[in-house]
Amino acid sequence: MSALGRRRVRSGIMTGLTVLAVVVAVAPLLFILGDLVAKGIGNLSPAFFTRLPAPAGETGGGVAHAIVGTLLMVGTACLIGLPVGILAGIYCAEYRDSRLAWAVRFVADVLNGTPSIVVGVFAWTWIVASQQHFSGFAGSVALAILMVPMVTRTTEEMVLLVPHSLREAALALGYPRWRTSLLIVARTNAPGIVTGALLAVARVAGETAPLLFTALGSQYMVTSLREPMAALPLTVYTYATGPYEEWHRYAWAAALVLILVVFALSLGARLALRRSSAFRG
Amino acid sequence: MADAARIRIETDKLTALYGKFTAVKGVSLRFAANQVHALIGPSGCGKSTFLRTLNRMHELSEGGWITGRVLLDGEDVYASSVSPMQLRRRVGMVFQRPTPFPTMTIYENVAAGLRLDRRVSRAELDDVVERALRGAALWDEVKDRLRASAMGLSGGQQQRLCIARTIAPAPEVILLDEPTASLDPLGTQRIEELLFQLKREYTIVIVTHNMQQAARVSDTTTFFYMGEMVETGLTREIFTAPAHEQTEAYITGRFG
Repeated sequence: MSALGRRRVRSGIMTGLTVLAVVVAVAPLLFILGDLVAKGIGNLSPAFFTRLPAPAGETGGGVAHAIVGTLLMVGTACLIGLPVGILAGIYCAEYRDSRLAWAVRFVADVLNGTPSIVVGVFAWTWIVASQQHFSGFAGSVALAILMVPMVTRTTEEMVLLVPHSLREAALALGYPRWRTSLLIVARTNAPGIVTGALLAVARVAGETAPLLFTALGSQYMVTSLREPMAALPLTVYTYATGPYEEWHRYAWAAALVLILVVFALSLGARLALRRSSAFRG
Repeated sequence: MADAARIRIETDKLTALYGKFTAVKGVSLRFAANQVHALIGPSGCGKSTFLRTLNRMHELSEGGWITGRVLLDGEDVYASSVSPMQLRRRVGMVFQRPTPFPTMTIYENVAAGLRLDRRVSRAELDDVVERALRGAALWDEVKDRLRASAMGLSGGQQQRLCIARTIAPAPEVILLDEPTASLDPLGTQRIEELLFQLKREYTIVIVTHNMQQAARVSDTTTFFYMGEMVETGLTREIFTAPAHEQTEAYITGRFG
């Protein structure tokens, strides 16, 4: 066989292997999604989104309280976590070699690798134990702590993508450093920063462990962050481990709703990133 | 050299360093107002670093510091009482590659340097933007799309937009760091023509790789080599009767 022929064969084999790897990587996602849809979609109804849980043994309840709880807690976590994470990320990118930036990066990496249940226990001792009661706010803080390191690191990467020449151009115009960082550099890749933030939101929206110790869960429609609060992942957990057949069906449907929410957020993140090509000219 | 003209910028034994590496060695030069001054020399000769000391951009480079003095209208720009931000509003800079701000429209780009230290009314802003764009010979090409993104302009137009952005806050001096290096011949020609207009109002210092360009546009030329200033003088004299062997070798293309 000629050298070219051997090369073609080798190229074909390698291409085949990479395609196989892609299939293996994507298959679990498709199985999970397929399973969820198959088992969950039959239980989805308008009532599922608008009603509270029915008493055990009865049918026709919903998870409105959990949807509201997740939105409230994740929203509050964003208010706390996103400003901190984004500003810390901008700092790390703009003062790359400062000692503080190294420290922040290191702490963020350690926190990123910390199991979320540990963060839950931390929020429990810090807020729940000192206030003597579970609350949605404690859950929000736990989620915010999880978001900060993720957002810090993605923001830093996104800010680093902005060409140095833009920073110089702003400084040469007489811009102060902070204004250059926020109005020129960060704004230039704002869609990238938003993408990172949305991915972090999607991640924490599905967190269960940190909420077990903090928000606890609830059977009622709770809109005050001072009280124990329901959330979709908690509802899935409670219903899936419960003894009733009806609960199991709720769990599947709630899981499907949760994954659709996460899916929508991730899709939004991709779309935001696609529009971020502004600075690449 | 042009004794009658007022000296706008003067450097006094200016040495520029990156950490321990000396990029510019003890350069003393004077730039008269309302003239175009060209800095030429091979790559790495220190001419860009020298340029960047004039508006204190050099100190933003990693490890960048200087010894010696830079005087703008007789005042030391490195004095502790001088804010680098204020200085850079008086000494504008245009870079090698066009750097329009991608998130801003054409109008916003030109106005970018205007609202930094004081409030400017809408009418005044409109007026300054138009004058700056006319000054940069770009007005006729963009007047109907001031609200469009600056990224839709050609490279040459983007560079003229950057010139408009630089002159909008009415600086005294404009520094140009190889402003035509990334442009095609037509774009280059337009920038060169523009320099003749601009020097009526501004003092211009231009770093260029292109000796024909230096010969065409400048009143004085300074030749840098290995971080040292080898020779400075009227452009026509430097190019017809250089005093130094090295200068002659460079401008006749024997090295560099």
